[in-house]
This record gives sequence, C-alpha cells and structure tokens, in this order.
Amino acid sequence: MEIIGQIFLLMGSFSLMTAAIGLLRMPDVYNRVQTGTKASTLGAIMSFIGLALMAYESWGEINWVGRFAVLVVFIILTNPVSSHVLMRAAYAMKIPLSKLTTVDKLREDINNKVLEEPKDE
Amino acid sequence: MDNIIIYISIAMLMGTLLAGLIRFVKGPSVVDRVVAFDSMTVTSLVMIGVIAFLSNRAIYLDVAVVYGFLSFLGVIIVAKYIQGGL
Amino acid sequence: MKIKNIFVSFLVIMIGWMLLTWSLDVSSVLIGTGISLALSVVLCGSCNLFSEINLTPKAFAYFFWYIIVFLIELVKANIDVTRRVLSPSMPINPGIVKVQTTLKSKMARLILANSITLTPGTFTIEITDDALYIHWIDVEAEDVKGATNAIVRKFEKLLEVMYG
Repeated sequence: MEIIGQIFLLMGSFSLMTAAIGLLRMPDVYNRVQTGTKASTLGAIMSFIGLALMAYESWGEINWVGRFAVLVVFIILTNPVSSHVLMRAAYAMKIPLSKLTTVDKLREDINNKVLEEPKDE
Repeated sequence: MDNIIIYISIAMLMGTLLAGLIRFVKGPSVVDRVVAFDSMTVTSLVMIGVIAFLSNRAIYLDVAVVYGFLSFLGVIIVAKYIQGGL
Repeated sequence: MKIKNIFVSFLVIMIGWMLLTWSLDVSSVLIGTGISLALSVVLCGSCNLFSEINLTPKAFAYFFWYIIVFLIELVKANIDVTRRVLSPSMPINPGIVKVQTTLKSKMARLILANSITLTPGTFTIEITDDALYIHWIDVEAEDVKGATNAIVRKFEKLLEVMYG
C-alpha cells in the first residue's frame, strides 16, 4: 500500500515537471497554457492520491483522506476555468499565434461579422 | 532511508518551481507570467501536502485548501483586468 | 423548480462539510445541516444552476459512467502532453477550429467546455449559443463536421441523458 502511494507521488511529480518543461519549450502562449493546465491538473491529482494512501497507511487516520478528496475535487473544478479565462484574455489582447498555426476559425468569424470581438459583458 | 522516494519527489517539485520561475521572469507577455504563476501555485499545493505528511500535521491541509481558493480568485481577477473588464 | 435547486445545492454543501470535518458526532452533523440549509436557501434560492438536471437513476448511472470516461481521457491527455513535450522535434500543429453542440442547458455546456479543456490536445477559447471555438494542438480536421465528431460527440451523448 505504501509503495503504491509512493509510486503515485513520484508519477505526479513527474507530471508536474512535464508541465514546467512544456512552459519553457512551447512556442506561443496558447500552447503553453494547454500543456501547463493538463499536465499540472493530473500531476496534482495523482500526488494527492499518493499522499492520501501513504497517510492512511502510516497512521490509519481517515480524516486526511477527506481533506485530500476536497482538494482533488477543487482542483478538477477550478483549474480549467482559470486557464480558459486566461486564454480568452490572451486572445482579446491579440497576442499573435505562432508561425506553426494552420487555421484560425475564430478570427475568420470575427472578420466575417458572424461574431463580435471577445470582450467583457 | 524509508522516505527516499519522497525526497526524489521533493527534488522534482523544486525543479518544477525553478522552471516556473524562469518563465515568470522571462515571459514576453503578461499572460505567460500569470500561467507560470498558476503552475507554481499548484506545485506549492502539492508541496504543502508533502510537508504536512512529513511533519504529521493535518492542519496544514486546510492552509492548502484556502491557498488554492485564493490563487483561483487571483488568476480570475488578473485575467479580467488585462481583458479590460474591471 | 426552486425545490430541486435548493435540494441539489444542499447536498453539495453537506458533502463538502462531511468531508472536511469527517466526524459523525450528533452536534457536528446538526450544525452542518443547519449551515448547509441556510446557505442553500440564501445563495441558491434565486439561481437556476441545477434546474435542468435529471434526478432519475439512469441519469445517476450516466453520471458515474461520465466520470470514468472523463478520467480515462484525462490520463490519455497527460500521456499525449508528455510525448509532445519530451520529444526533441516537438510534433505540434496548432490551430483554432469551430465545433457545433446541440446542448441547450447552460450547466451542460459548462461541463462540456471544462471536459474539452482537460482532454487530449483541445482547449476551449470562446463559447457562443451553439458553437465552441477550440484551440487544437494537433489539427486533424479543419471543417466543422469533422472536428465535432472528433472532439464533442463522446461527451455530448452522455450529457444529453443527464440534462434532458
């Protein structure tokens, strides 16, 4: 049980490190937000699961598990929301997409007046 | 040497914080900096959990919950501000 | 459907209280019930966050099935991100595509957008009445129909049952 928890913690830390490497390597801000959000969400979830297993094994105190469950649900609910708001802000600031980008349907629709410029209500 | 995997994990989390800090200092735009800050916050949450486990204090986890909530609010408010809505 | 709103938000707040305190003392449970009831009446007496949800056994079964599908997609997303980040040539091909959705309820569209954000390579930028604009890290289909089939369908058919 404890070794399973430690493996979970190690994989979670590795996932978080992947997120950070993605932050350093990706070419533009949109791809950075993508890798940062996905990898750090799953990394945090796996680390918390591993810590909960280890705490339950060490002391048998079940109240740690409840707090880790609250943290996991909280991270699943809030992380995509904050990243989405950031991405929208980046698009509203007109930060250019990278050279590798192939298609931009949102800009086409704004230019064709199908849609208004994303801004605040 | 029971906790060797935990120490390896702490070293990796430190590397994550360092990489986030590099992006935070270097980032060409504001959004890059906020993303790096967000990633560093999640890493700090995990680190608070590890420290709570090592020192056997359940009360630290409450700190982690409140810290996560405040960071979420902070990111939302900064994003709204740079979008021009605040 | 005010009663349903208050009931579902009461359940959510109560489960949070039970997880955080983690005790079955009579005083703790009574205090939790009182606080959750007061909060759900005050906060959710006029909102309609949960009014479109279906409270049938089939919807609950689909809810758990949805969670399983979502977790599998999350793990797949992580493997995908790791492969892209760690390979030296960085095989990315980003673009912004448009997909259609047939979901009407606001809550269902919120869950759909959040799920798309956490699944492999896709990220919701903008959401309108019937369309979502998605930043895709590796564009496979540029037209609306192909992108809809590739991204939205697997979640939409489950959410349609949950939100009528």
